Amino acid sequence: MSERILHRFPGGLHPEQHKSESNGTPIRRAALPERLILPLRQHIGQAAKPVVAVGERVLRNQRLAQAEGYVSAPVHAPTSGMILAIEEHAVPHPSGLSAPCIVLQPDGLDEGMRAFEPWPDFCAVSPLLLRERVREAGIVGLGGAVFPSAVKLAGTPGTPIHTVVLNGAECEPYISCDDRLMRERADEVLRGGQILMHVVSAERCLVGVEDNKPEAIAALREAARLLGDARIEIVAVPTIYPSGGEKQLIHVMTGERISRETRTTERGFLGQNVGTAVAIYRAVVHGEPLTRRIVTVTGSGMAQPGNWDVPLGMLACDLIEQAGGYRPDVARLILGGPMMGFAMPSDEVPVTKAANCLLALASRDAPADPLPMPCIRCGKCAEACPVELQPQQLLWDARAGDFERAEKRDSLFECIECGICSAVCPSHIPLVQYFRYAKTEIWQRERDKDKASQAKVRFDVRNARIEREKREREAMLARKRAQLAAQKATAEPAPGEGEAAPVDDKQRAIREAMERARARKAAIQGQAEDPPVDKA
Amino acid sequence: MRFPTVASPHVAPAHDVSRIMRQVMLALVPGTAIAIHFFGWGVLVNILLTVSAGLLAEAAMLAARGRPLKPFLSDGSVIVTAWLLALCLPPLAPWWLPVTGIVFAVVFAKHLYGGLGYNLFNPAMVGYVVLLISFPREMTQWVMPQGLAAASLSLPEAFHVVFTGQLPAGIGWDALSSATPLNLYKTQTGQGVPLSTIQQQPIFGTLGGVGWEWVTLGWLAGGLWMMWRGIINWRIPLTMLGAFGLLALGFHLYDAERYAGPLFHLFSGGAMLGAFFIATDPVSGSTTPRGQLVFGAGIGVLEYFIRTFAGYPDGVAFAVLLMNIAAPLIDHYTPARVFGARGGRA
Repeated sequence: MSERILHRFPGGLHPEQHKSESNGTPIRRAALPERLILPLRQHIGQAAKPVVAVGERVLRNQRLAQAEGYVSAPVHAPTSGMILAIEEHAVPHPSGLSAPCIVLQPDGLDEGMRAFEPWPDFCAVSPLLLRERVREAGIVGLGGAVFPSAVKLAGTPGTPIHTVVLNGAECEPYISCDDRLMRERADEVLRGGQILMHVVSAERCLVGVEDNKPEAIAALREAARLLGDARIEIVAVPTIYPSGGEKQLIHVMTGERISRETRTTERGFLGQNVGTAVAIYRAVVHGEPLTRRIVTVTGSGMAQPGNWDVPLGMLACDLIEQAGGYRPDVARLILGGPMMGFAMPSDEVPVTKAANCLLALASRDAPADPLPMPCIRCGKCAEACPVELQPQQLLWDARAGDFERAEKRDSLFECIECGICSAVCPSHIPLVQYFRYAKTEIWQRERDKDKASQAKVRFDVRNARIEREKREREAMLARKRAQLAAQKATAEPAPGEGEAAPVDDKQRAIREAMERARARKAAIQGQAEDPPVDKA
Repeated sequence: MRFPTVASPHVAPAHDVSRIMRQVMLALVPGTAIAIHFFGWGVLVNILLTVSAGLLAEAAMLAARGRPLKPFLSDGSVIVTAWLLALCLPPLAPWWLPVTGIVFAVVFAKHLYGGLGYNLFNPAMVGYVVLLISFPREMTQWVMPQGLAAASLSLPEAFHVVFTGQLPAGIGWDALSSATPLNLYKTQTGQGVPLSTIQQQPIFGTLGGVGWEWVTLGWLAGGLWMMWRGIINWRIPLTMLGAFGLLALGFHLYDAERYAGPLFHLFSGGAMLGAFFIATDPVSGSTTPRGQLVFGAGIGVLEYFIRTFAGYPDGVAFAVLLMNIAAPLIDHYTPARVFGARGGRA
């Protein structure tokens, strides 16, 4: 294999790794809990729509909710059991938000059904059907982005995909679920890569793994050798955060720089996390929908760090309890890694497709927010920014509320929220937080503007309608008046017709009735007289 | 179980303002020690005066502005400002001179603009320029370097002189003070004396002036160390010294008897201190990568022209302040190119 020339993205950070706490033991399979809480939205896009009823018994792999719309993903049952409820439940979110969930009570039988026909010879299956399978199996990006994979597989019309990039960089500290997965299921990772290559007709598959995972790299290389597929290349990339950012990884391996507004598929790359590749392999070759994922349970606040194969919907607290529980000095629970993950207010939330890591930090590792000092424009953030932003400038924009400048001039939306600027800031300014705030503020303003312009359109339409109705009414009145005037004009030359002309039907009817009555009276009184003749 | 939530990232901060300031102070130590060696204890007295007056002024302003004292006093920024200002002042100057300078710097240049991080101008340079304009006589009376001076003072004697203005018995000002080499160069070239003659005088050394050349080498060493530690980057110092040196070289080649060469200019006066310690002040300088190149070069060019053609023997302070004015504009016109923004670069 010829040596690949690697590239270096700007900036970056070398945080403490903390991988060894959790990556030394094999993945353990979590026992079924008493209850599974399956959020209807575990992906980017529209929430799925339930297709089961409360009280219904479901089997493992049975579809519980179907995708709604193009960017969506179905939800399947991780085990057999009873649907207890379809209701709001707390989901993993920084604010402790609730969202609609399906509550499944496992019956312990774990009775399965065949969700899909297994296609061991996937090369004989058309890419279109395979993509449909990926969609039907509820597969989303398991690296944490949870974007529906089938949508990504559709690519950009007119742009062929040349390279499938399997992302096994796992650059966030502490997390080792992909590491263990690559060590233990390297073959499935690569077969997933082969399926992806077949689906998008790619020429090659690059598997990027940070060089702090030598065992995973060795396992993948061995699996690649056994597969004998020359299109697959395992690339050891330097360990530097955030090399696992999709565009960063592509840049490191190929030198291609792709900006935020360009999708990777527009440049012929299809990126998928290694866990997603395994899920695709299981869905295609074994006909299994996505109902489980690997979760790293780690940190100085956990009694026994390790990796777990977890049914989706299992509550974090149940998983942590199985994993040995917390240490007494636990102070913070984070979903995801320390750089981009968010602190959760409670552990009574389900493991979703996005949950790659439950990180509990002891108080010594979870420093409270230090007092932010003023920015001294030292530029450490700009030096370390992997997308070459000037965070110190963006901070000024955000603080001043100059969102237009932040967006247009200082490229706010290029920010990948990797958290490096906050981590290196000597004044301890929560920079990413400012940028998230600025982004949501801009989105909100755009929505408000949309709303305002819609309201304006409605208002204008209403005004136009009122105006039109008024005009129509006036026109009608004018017509009537004209008609009347015309009638009057024709009636005037013969006013001598007497009272009859203005008298209406009613009076005429009365008069006629009176005449008939009079006639009848006369007829009764004088039988001999002439029979009554109706004058009318 | 419930947990408190805070914003990501959840890692201990990698840097600290006070740590950066401590490293800057450390980088100042070699040059300062050499300066004390050549120009006597008066240098240290100046530093002690400006630092203590600076801290007092800072505390007073923080209190007046209702800001917490501890985090801002301990960040070290005012000590660095005071130290840098002290290094620009003539040793053995009367005590009120450094005190006035630092108080003006802290009160007007720093806090009236909003305190740390908000000052438009480099506070040390503002303090220096105020003194230079207001007290030209006191500001130009420099002491003679070690080896040339007829006498030297002990630390208590230095304190005594600074606070009373009275020299110890038997020592006259003539024995201690002289004009700086840059001053002599300025006045005498102005009178048409050829440079070769001027540089015959004992106060001129191999590179710059006697003593001065060693002190500036000390600043160079400290500056390179800061670069190596990643506290400052190369852009401003290199472009500043580069533009300055190239101009000096050009004029020197044009008329060697009228214009001194780049080495004399680089190792005299405030060029080195300015390039590594003053122009690199991030608050008042340019922050975009390309902007820093423009900013540094601008200081170098202005400094040379002020030194050579304007009324003052050295021009670092004015050059820095003038470029401070321009920094926001420079930043505006030199936005950084974001990742992949100009299409692929394979």
